[in-house]
Amino acid sequence: MSTAAIIATTKAPTASTGRAWAATQFWGVVLVTPYVLVFLVFVLYPVCYGFWIARRPETFAHLFDDPIFARSVANTLVFLVVGINLKMAMALMLSNFFVQARRWIQWLAMLFILPWALPSIPTILSIRFMLNPEWGIVNSLIFRLTGDDGPNWLNDPGLALALAILVHIWKSLPFWTLILISGRLAISKDLYESAAVDGATSWQMFRYVTWPSMRTLYLTCTILSMIWTLGDFNSVYLLTGGGPADLTHVLATLGIRYLRLDSVDLSMAAIVAALPLVLPLVYFMMKRLSK
Amino acid sequence: MNARTIATEAKLLLIGIPVLLWTILPVYHMALFAISPKDSAFAGNLWPNHPTLNNFAVVLQQKHHYLNFFWKQMGNSLVIAVATGVITLLIATFAAFAISRLKVRGGRLVMNLALFTYFIPAAFLAVPMYRTMGLYGLLNSQWALILAMVTLASPYAIWVLKQASDKLPEELDEAAYIDGASALQLFRLVYLPLMMPSLVAVGTYALLLAWNEYLYAFLLLSKDTEVTLAVGLGNFLAADDSPWELLMATGLIYALPPAAIYYTFKRYMVGGLTEGAVKN
Repeated sequence: MSTAAIIATTKAPTASTGRAWAATQFWGVVLVTPYVLVFLVFVLYPVCYGFWIARRPETFAHLFDDPIFARSVANTLVFLVVGINLKMAMALMLSNFFVQARRWIQWLAMLFILPWALPSIPTILSIRFMLNPEWGIVNSLIFRLTGDDGPNWLNDPGLALALAILVHIWKSLPFWTLILISGRLAISKDLYESAAVDGATSWQMFRYVTWPSMRTLYLTCTILSMIWTLGDFNSVYLLTGGGPADLTHVLATLGIRYLRLDSVDLSMAAIVAALPLVLPLVYFMMKRLSK
Repeated sequence: MNARTIATEAKLLLIGIPVLLWTILPVYHMALFAISPKDSAFAGNLWPNHPTLNNFAVVLQQKHHYLNFFWKQMGNSLVIAVATGVITLLIATFAAFAISRLKVRGGRLVMNLALFTYFIPAAFLAVPMYRTMGLYGLLNSQWALILAMVTLASPYAIWVLKQASDKLPEELDEAAYIDGASALQLFRLVYLPLMMPSLVAVGTYALLLAWNEYLYAFLLLSKDTEVTLAVGLGNFLAADDSPWELLMATGLIYALPPAAIYYTFKRYMVGGLTEGAVKN
């Protein structure tokens, strides 16, 4: 710390303001140090350690030979491509709905953020129970209405993955809708009024007024949502636990699976293998934010 | 009302009703289980025929082996959430002040590193963090979880605070310096009072993040008396014959404080988050 202060002093512009500037720099260094320490000890060192554990090529060969890894990558891509586009399209549509000036819609908006405001564990477990094949409420209803047994929802890999995606959408849709609402509200009302005078249909208003002003925001949201979805552990783990037969794992849960199997090197390798997917997105967001 | 307004209202209802059902169903199901006796809940009733608070009584009196440490775990969740909130607030306020107002050298680099950390999904950092916590000898100590949550919460906290702090006019600092104020006086007398709304938002954010955390909590803590309520809830999944009605009652109790906080600070939270998460 003192060396930093000395360096700061020697580079001070003039002697008179120099001392004040050095004092400022000294306190700056002191105050930023706690975070820098947290970063070094709990981010940088663990990351380096992780790379070191996953340093051997054999580990990756072993990882790529595991059919569960390939399956998890495929699941993750489905999650990203289907889940996020569906979610963002719904959020865009709903942002248009929630800006309507009606008392009941404002009340609904309050309720609508409930999935985001509540912790994941109890709500996802509640959904898991709803889907229980024997006494879950969904299959009870199906039985009452049709007299047939419903599907064994979470025991079918395809269905289970689809449901995990739905859980993810249920949980995070309110957040993205809120963001798109604020983007939507930033558009000048005059534009809509003059479009209405010109006799524009609601589709034309969306196409030529709403969309052009929201395109950038929508893209940024999609990228950010991709990053967060890549790390969505809860939706999959709490709903399916990766099952049946480990067929619904995604990259976020795969590391934990290997950890449970006591192969730390595979666990780290799985995370390193996910980086080519994560880093370009992170780079994009960093560029966006530092503009 | 002419035909056209009726058609518009009908269209809105056609969206509104499915949205309501979709949103509320899992929450309603949780509440339904929580106030139903075991038999009635499992019979697939959509309505509580014999509503009871008995499940809550069982939970609060810890009268089931899954719930032996309910109050302890509740307390753990509280201590860890509050500690995370306070420590994150301290670290992030200091860092944001140093970067934004004192213009410390290398501040930009620190901000970028923090942002980078924010964007790396926490689930990917969990295993390396778990291993290094082991090396540090912190595993199974609540400090491990607190420090991990501080690590995850501070980048976003610093970023939000820096954004807010950058908006304060430069003249404030200059005036304070001319009056002979030191950097610390500037911090205490000018910066802190003006930053209050953002500080509330950031503290709440860190607190909720820690209270809601599941993955890190079950990785870093293992003793039944040390874990948070989130892990306690997850433990119900260990057996097939779990008492769902008790799990849902516990889950409801666990979900109430964050929901109450969220709705109380909604103005701050939504403003901070929308500005923080996405900048055009």
